[in-house]
Amino acid sequence: MKRTVRVNPIACNGSGLCAELLPERVTLDDWGYPIIDPRPLTPDLEEHAERAAAACPTLAFLLRDK
Amino acid sequence: MRAAAATEFGLPRLLAGVRRDGLPLNLGMHHRLHGPLPSARGLIELVTASGLRGRGGAGFPAGKKLAAVASARKRPVVVANGAEGEPVSSKDKRLLHRAPHLVLDGAALAAAALGARDVFVALDSTAGEELGAVGNALEERRDRGLRWHLSVVPPGFVTGEETALVAALEGREAKPAFTPPRPFERGLRGAPTLVQNVETLADVALVARHGPEWFRALGTHDEPGSALFTVSGAVGRPGVYEAALGTPLQALIAQAGGVRGVPGACLVGGFFGSWLEPFAAQSLRLLDAELGREGAALGAGAIVVLPAAACGLDQTARVVRYLADESAGQCGPCVHGLAALAGAVETVAAGRADSRPAALRWLRQIRGRGACRHPDGVVRFVESSLDVFASEIELHLQGRCSGRRGEFLLTTRRA
Repeated sequence: MKRTVRVNPIACNGSGLCAELLPERVTLDDWGYPIIDPRPLTPDLEEHAERAAAACPTLAFLLRDK
Repeated sequence: MRAAAATEFGLPRLLAGVRRDGLPLNLGMHHRLHGPLPSARGLIELVTASGLRGRGGAGFPAGKKLAAVASARKRPVVVANGAEGEPVSSKDKRLLHRAPHLVLDGAALAAAALGARDVFVALDSTAGEELGAVGNALEERRDRGLRWHLSVVPPGFVTGEETALVAALEGREAKPAFTPPRPFERGLRGAPTLVQNVETLADVALVARHGPEWFRALGTHDEPGSALFTVSGAVGRPGVYEAALGTPLQALIAQAGGVRGVPGACLVGGFFGSWLEPFAAQSLRLLDAELGREGAALGAGAIVVLPAAACGLDQTARVVRYLADESAGQCGPCVHGLAALAGAVETVAAGRADSRPAALRWLRQIRGRGACRHPDGVVRFVESSLDVFASEIELHLQGRCSGRRGEFLLTTRRA
């Protein structure tokens, strides 16, 4: 099962935690909001992605089954 | 029943028989022109076969949208979207005012085909004469099994976006939602909701009467039918015109009285559209397939001819600031990004500094990052501006300007 990352941009408040926990898929724009690499997560990234989702203070960081 | 000459294969279709005195067509006149309301049997198949695409700007296939709402398990509702927030577009208002029954027929047919009972006609509070016309038209009608609701929503550039409109109809702020679910799955008070632009609904009413082949007699295979265009700026007779898709822009502009004076640039597709070189633009045909090659799109069909005396760069700076201010204020990249972009365009327009490298960086960062397409529309508009007004930018950086200040200020207020 391939999973991808998606951000709810309305909920996101730019905490930047996702970029710290999953730099392989998340970079920040000039205002601190996440830019997501749409490629599916590789198995070695799954755990980091789950940690990023759990850490997001506004639950804006979402993992979607592809 | 085969209806009158107004509905033969040519034009006008949507604006057939509209009165010279500027008054709305009442129900009797409407029936004499178009014939009575036909049956909704097979409507979804007919609309799908017609190839009709939404006329609100996004161009989504109308049959597909109907089918998506029909596949839901709950009783759907229908929303006729007349919240035309684009300041340089007035075609929806004009259609609602002059031919309200054609729009209402389309909404009634869609409701019948979907088994919907509640039909909302949404206008924004800047609506004037069209509000009265629709109200009168609703009083004339006797649609069995339908409950009509004439709803006035707050004005705003993003109000007509379908999730924002649903929010406004529920009495919440008119702000777009994170999707899915889209309204066709879960919309107004949780019901599957068909949100359809009013011009699209008028086309639905015509397709139900005359069939898909008749509809396809104008336009191309992928972009069939006619559409309404709002033509403004340096033309002889600014206004709303109907033209077959595929018509050369030059012919549409000729219909609007031709270019007055020397054109500077041509804005195609409204504020989410693109500036084009005036001479290159005129030879283009009104088709997304053709405009797309120039990075442009028809959108909701708003065309502005900028006079050469007006500075396109100054106009652009005004519009980008307006669009930044019209952000719903929900998504960080839109709130911060559009404000930064507006500042960058203002800086270069004022000749203070070459802010293009920063602008280009932000354009790349902003695209696709909102819950709705508002930031993407602004990105397209700014990209085309930097391209078409490149030599104007050089002039401004030398402290000069090709235009006369204050000449033709592109309106950022709804007409």
